[in-house]
Amino acid sequence: MQSRLNLDPAVVREARALAAKAGQPIVEMARTHTTVSVERAVLRLAGLQGADPDGTPWVNRLVDEVRETTGLEHGVTLPAWDALLTGQYDSLASLAEAAAHGKVAFRIPAGDDAAQARAAASAALARGIARIDANRARRAEMIAQTSEPRKPWIYLIVATGDIYEDIPQAQAAAREGADIIAVIRSTGQSLLDYVPEGATREGFAGTYATQENFRLMRAALDETSRELGRYVRLTNYASGLCMPEIASLAGLERLDMMLNDCMYGIIFRDINPRRTFIDQRFSRQIHARAGIIINTGEDNYLTTADAVDAAHTVVVSQLMNEFFGKEAGLADSQLGLGHAFEINPAVPDSFLLELAHAQLIRELFPDAPLKYMPPTKHMTGNVFAGYLLDAFFNLCGVMTDQSIILIGMMTEGIHTPFLSDRDLALENVRYVRDAAGRLGESFVPAPGGFIEQRAAQVLHESVGLLRTITDEGLLNAIADGTFGITRRPADGGRGLDGVIARADGYFNPASDLLETGAGQ
Amino acid sequence: MTGSTVTGSTVTSSTVPGKIIRPYGDTTGDGRIQVSFTLPVPFGTPGEKARAEGAAAQLAAKMGLDPAMVVHAKGMGPDYTFFIVYGRVSHLVDLSEVKVTEREFPLLSPAEVNLRIRSGLGRKLVVVGACIGTDAHTVGIDAILNVKGHSGEKGLEYYREIRVVNLGSQVAVPDLVTRSKAEGADAVLVSQVVTQRDAHITNAVQMSTAFDAAGPGRPLLVVGGPRFDPSMAGDLGVDKIFGKGTTPGEVASYLAYALTPDAAADAAGAA
Repeated sequence: MQSRLNLDPAVVREARALAAKAGQPIVEMARTHTTVSVERAVLRLAGLQGADPDGTPWVNRLVDEVRETTGLEHGVTLPAWDALLTGQYDSLASLAEAAAHGKVAFRIPAGDDAAQARAAASAALARGIARIDANRARRAEMIAQTSEPRKPWIYLIVATGDIYEDIPQAQAAAREGADIIAVIRSTGQSLLDYVPEGATREGFAGTYATQENFRLMRAALDETSRELGRYVRLTNYASGLCMPEIASLAGLERLDMMLNDCMYGIIFRDINPRRTFIDQRFSRQIHARAGIIINTGEDNYLTTADAVDAAHTVVVSQLMNEFFGKEAGLADSQLGLGHAFEINPAVPDSFLLELAHAQLIRELFPDAPLKYMPPTKHMTGNVFAGYLLDAFFNLCGVMTDQSIILIGMMTEGIHTPFLSDRDLALENVRYVRDAAGRLGESFVPAPGGFIEQRAAQVLHESVGLLRTITDEGLLNAIADGTFGITRRPADGGRGLDGVIARADGYFNPASDLLETGAGQ
Repeated sequence: MTGSTVTGSTVTSSTVPGKIIRPYGDTTGDGRIQVSFTLPVPFGTPGEKARAEGAAAQLAAKMGLDPAMVVHAKGMGPDYTFFIVYGRVSHLVDLSEVKVTEREFPLLSPAEVNLRIRSGLGRKLVVVGACIGTDAHTVGIDAILNVKGHSGEKGLEYYREIRVVNLGSQVAVPDLVTRSKAEGADAVLVSQVVTQRDAHITNAVQMSTAFDAAGPGRPLLVVGGPRFDPSMAGDLGVDKIFGKGTTPGEVASYLAYALTPDAAADAAGAA
């Protein structure tokens, strides 16, 4: 793509180099630690499902038991498969049940016992990863049988709390033009340290992410994709304390996109920074393997910070997300970097500023399926003005070639959208796409003009901030409130007690398969 | 144009003749309004379309729109139709019966708030903030508490004489009570965004009950969120409710008013 902003390639290179320098120590930490949720994700990949009569998943029971006896420094698989073999349990579930009753004496096996446990665990995890591979192939096959929607993909949210209400709403939305359905999670879920089981009909401002809910919705959208001759993608949220487990379930049930930001949970949900970064790396390895597009959450920074003043924090976070994502194996085409149209419309030249920011990001990440979020902060309750603002957002999106456009609702901030709100929103985006979809090819900002200068300024500020971060360290920068204003110290927040330093003999066959790309 | 002005909740009644008004379309007293709604009826065949528009006209008539004009009807999928209706209502608004919650405290600048706390309390005013229950939407409380603030006003952290303890999201009520006591909170600010099944109401009541049960010395309880009705403070057992669009300056002014000795005397008198 030809640059329309005359960005200085040397500055862009410097920005990426600084992001890598800031991120490298975090990667080292992630390589040398594990978490309870990573270990539970491994068990889920090996096929362990279900929960005890109180609703606590077997993966939690088993990991907790192992942790209390042998510890998790060696990973859960070695003691678990050793117990499975020596105790002659017929399944992981029966092992978990026995362990929950205190009937299993876990140990770290040595010699031949260790070799046998390793082999059995590796075989089980290879089957899990093979299922993820099969889902990836199945997606390609479905797209071939139906069709790939044209970009920008229209992203729409359903959030009833009841999976059986979500399904007809999602299907209706797809028929009305949605290319991507996101099922918003129940607002409590990110801080639950377990993944609920089964189909769920109760949630707050969203529907619980569970394996069964994933399966039901994907099956329904497959049916709709065939009906429409267009592949409708399904999105959920790999965030919060169970990020690696949700990522694994997404791979196992063929979700297509996952919200998965490197810092969102830290900043907005007060999840411990170390826990987040360790969980994130494993999650992204799964997403990479599953062909899942991640969506990052930079749009959120602009809901607490000023969208003009903090524009460079978005770019810095995107560069960090890109570095961490690629390190974990994601391709450019899987990096749905996020940003948003959140500048106060009362600011002079606000639309020009939005164009400058959106085009800058487009040019910094030419091959990434950028995800562009609609105005929320300045939706005032004047639904008519809001409808106009959403149209300008849509216009900016098509002019700057954004890949994924979340549909703005004129009733944002008032209520969960009415059926009619959604229909009007789709009418808005369809009009803009049909009327001006090819305007991007003619959008060439004047050399040296306002837009070009603004883009250069944001890039310059980004490099400045990246220098500060590399000097003081990313964890310290987060502790100082660099992103989204909130201060999050490295040892604060939730979930730090679930972080474990790996011992020398740490064994995780899922990680090994994912690191090497084996079997692919 | 007549001399009558109605802006927000401020009513300049002296210029409203008779204090009885009707909606204004383009002529005084024409009573014209616009509504939009969806009915679960199909809008496919000509027969279905006629029936759908008739159904919309019937609803409009029952709502008191006479005459009513269905100006727009659009099928949404096989089962629903969206309508926009213009019409005339005969209802009268009696301005003398309009009840307005007046702001009972003066709006102060940050410097004035700091001064009032310093002279009135002689120490820093301690504010503990949180989102309680399952609510993880910290945007509202952060906008009030963070230095950054919103709408051009700095948040409470910016005030020299206010010490802010932001507990973040999904704080359990018992933890909030304990922390508030430990921090010596003068005021507790709770934000609630999620309203499904009236969670915001339930959580606010649960919180006020817990603070009441914790014994004497209860801090000032303030709740905020876009869907709260500011007149419901008594029902929820809290001291103050802030609705949509509240700025940090309003909250700071209220705290300074309610927690400095003069105001405490006022409150005692009122109770």
